[in-house]
Amino acid sequence: MTTIKSSSRPRRGRALTYALVIALALAIAVPVAWVLLASLKQKSEFFGSPWTLPKGLHSANYVHAFVDAHMGQYFLTSVFVTVLGLVLVLAVSVPAAYVIARYEFRGRRVVETALLAGLFVNVNYIVVPIFLMLVDWDRALIDVFPGGFFIDNPSVLSLVYAATSIPFTIYLLTAYFRSIPVEYEEAAAIDGASRFRIMTQVMLPMARPAVTTVILFNFLAYWNDFIIALTLLPGEGKTLQVGLLNLFTAQKAAADYGRLYAGMVIVIVPVLILYAVIQRRLIEGMASGGVKG
Amino acid sequence: MTTLSTPTPPPGSTNHASKSAPVGGSSRRGTRGPARRRGNTRFVLACLLPALVLFAVFMVVPTMNVFRMSFYTWSGFSPDKRFVGLDNFSRLLDDEQFVRAFQNTVALLVVVTVVTMGMGLFLAAIMTRQRLRGRNLYRFILYIPNVLSVVVIAAVFSAVYDQENGLLNSTLRLLSLDGLQQVWLGDQKLVVYSVAIAMVWQSLGYYMVLYMASMSSIPEELYEASALDGASAARQFFAITLPLIWQNLRTTLTFFIMSAVNLSFVLVRAMTGGGPDGSSEVLLSYMYKQAYTNSSYGYGMAIGVVIFAFSFLVSLLVSRATRREPLQF
Repeated sequence: MTTIKSSSRPRRGRALTYALVIALALAIAVPVAWVLLASLKQKSEFFGSPWTLPKGLHSANYVHAFVDAHMGQYFLTSVFVTVLGLVLVLAVSVPAAYVIARYEFRGRRVVETALLAGLFVNVNYIVVPIFLMLVDWDRALIDVFPGGFFIDNPSVLSLVYAATSIPFTIYLLTAYFRSIPVEYEEAAAIDGASRFRIMTQVMLPMARPAVTTVILFNFLAYWNDFIIALTLLPGEGKTLQVGLLNLFTAQKAAADYGRLYAGMVIVIVPVLILYAVIQRRLIEGMASGGVKG
Repeated sequence: MTTLSTPTPPPGSTNHASKSAPVGGSSRRGTRGPARRRGNTRFVLACLLPALVLFAVFMVVPTMNVFRMSFYTWSGFSPDKRFVGLDNFSRLLDDEQFVRAFQNTVALLVVVTVVTMGMGLFLAAIMTRQRLRGRNLYRFILYIPNVLSVVVIAAVFSAVYDQENGLLNSTLRLLSLDGLQQVWLGDQKLVVYSVAIAMVWQSLGYYMVLYMASMSSIPEELYEASALDGASAARQFFAITLPLIWQNLRTTLTFFIMSAVNLSFVLVRAMTGGGPDGSSEVLLSYMYKQAYTNSSYGYGMAIGVVIFAFSFLVSLLVSRATRREPLQF
């Protein structure tokens, strides 16, 4: 930076800049930190000024949230749904992206265009048709599965997550595969490696940055979703976000703040820890597209 | 949704990879026997089919169903399905709730887009140009809302907006500005703006980080040269920074608008439920309410068609209006 540092105008501008950026950072950090603190308050402490610190470490809220509100159980459901969704989306997208990037076949243009158009279809636009389709399938299979199979099934939720993030995943992976020089594959082919081995043992390891990016963004999408989970799992087995939404709705009626804030902490903290650990990767992943994308 | 970007290739890779790699590519097809070619087809199919089947079943078919079912009246569960042509659409025009949802969506899109994009660009510019101390920390904090779920954000904001013990109103009381206290989520006129603030809060950091990345790749010499010519920071921003990241800005703008349509729904669903009295309803939340909660599936899907057409038109319009000759540096 080569502005003239001696004059007073830039310095005042700098002070203003600091003030603005700090104010914004506070506007984000304070409410989040407040929730973390409020989760330790007792019920009586919520009536009165919200700016008081909790009187003690009132951990009963957490017991309520984990046990009575089943947040512990929902947590496990969320972990299961997210992990299975990630496995599924990678298992189908990596081969497809690789083939689209590297093989010449009839209809490739059509496939690419269709997937590109899919980028513009948000899952939430089509969640109700998906729900009714699954209800239909359940009805058709009523003899085999009297209790229903597709609705209220966490694995099916994973499948829907995976299927609806295919366009985004393939788009990113294809672009990355194309940027890898073909010499590696040629060398492997000369050594007699099969097509499958070239894909899984030569190309996949080289595409690790793109795969990581895809995992991160899909993780956030699956973990944080509540519309699809709410619609496809209407029964007892809920995901963490839907459980939190229930706590949130219940709090509006019964003013049971402590339980809600404890529930929020259970939802926020794992994601915050993960974010702190991988923030560099996450920001690089989203940013590397840059101007020339 | 995330804005799309293409990751950079690994270090040391040259960017000359062609689409038809020799491995199974057309260039070698001739030299290998037909058996090999058939093997290729089989390999391509095996790799492609699972993804395509899932994509077709869970995205293409439901999307087509949105359009098809908009011509029917159907509760969604009963076998009674009746073709009504464009009836659903003409009913929409007389539906005050729908009109209000449309207005709210447009208002939110305009306000949130202008504020988020404007502030995001401005913050990114000063963060990259002024090299603030501790800027990694600010970046870390400002990006946090983007990793939080919408339910969490809704709950955070209900703590902020709470009429009695909310952070906002009690702060106003502390500052003896009692007159400025509001029922942030209960006032029919105010509630849309309260939602807008939450939307900006959620997405500002993401776009700031995105623009910081593209701005940091602008060569420093350009700024040095213009500084020698006596250009002010503001002039530099409009003459150098903005034109050079324009293409990136265009892409993000299109995707931002689409994701804002969605975010407004998710946030409204969790935070206000469309209330009070439908005054914060947006297009998607109204569609969901009609199709899912209210069992007017056909009618809901007509709203879905409007949403598809609307977001397509807006994207097209924005893309047309922002078209410029691409600049290179």
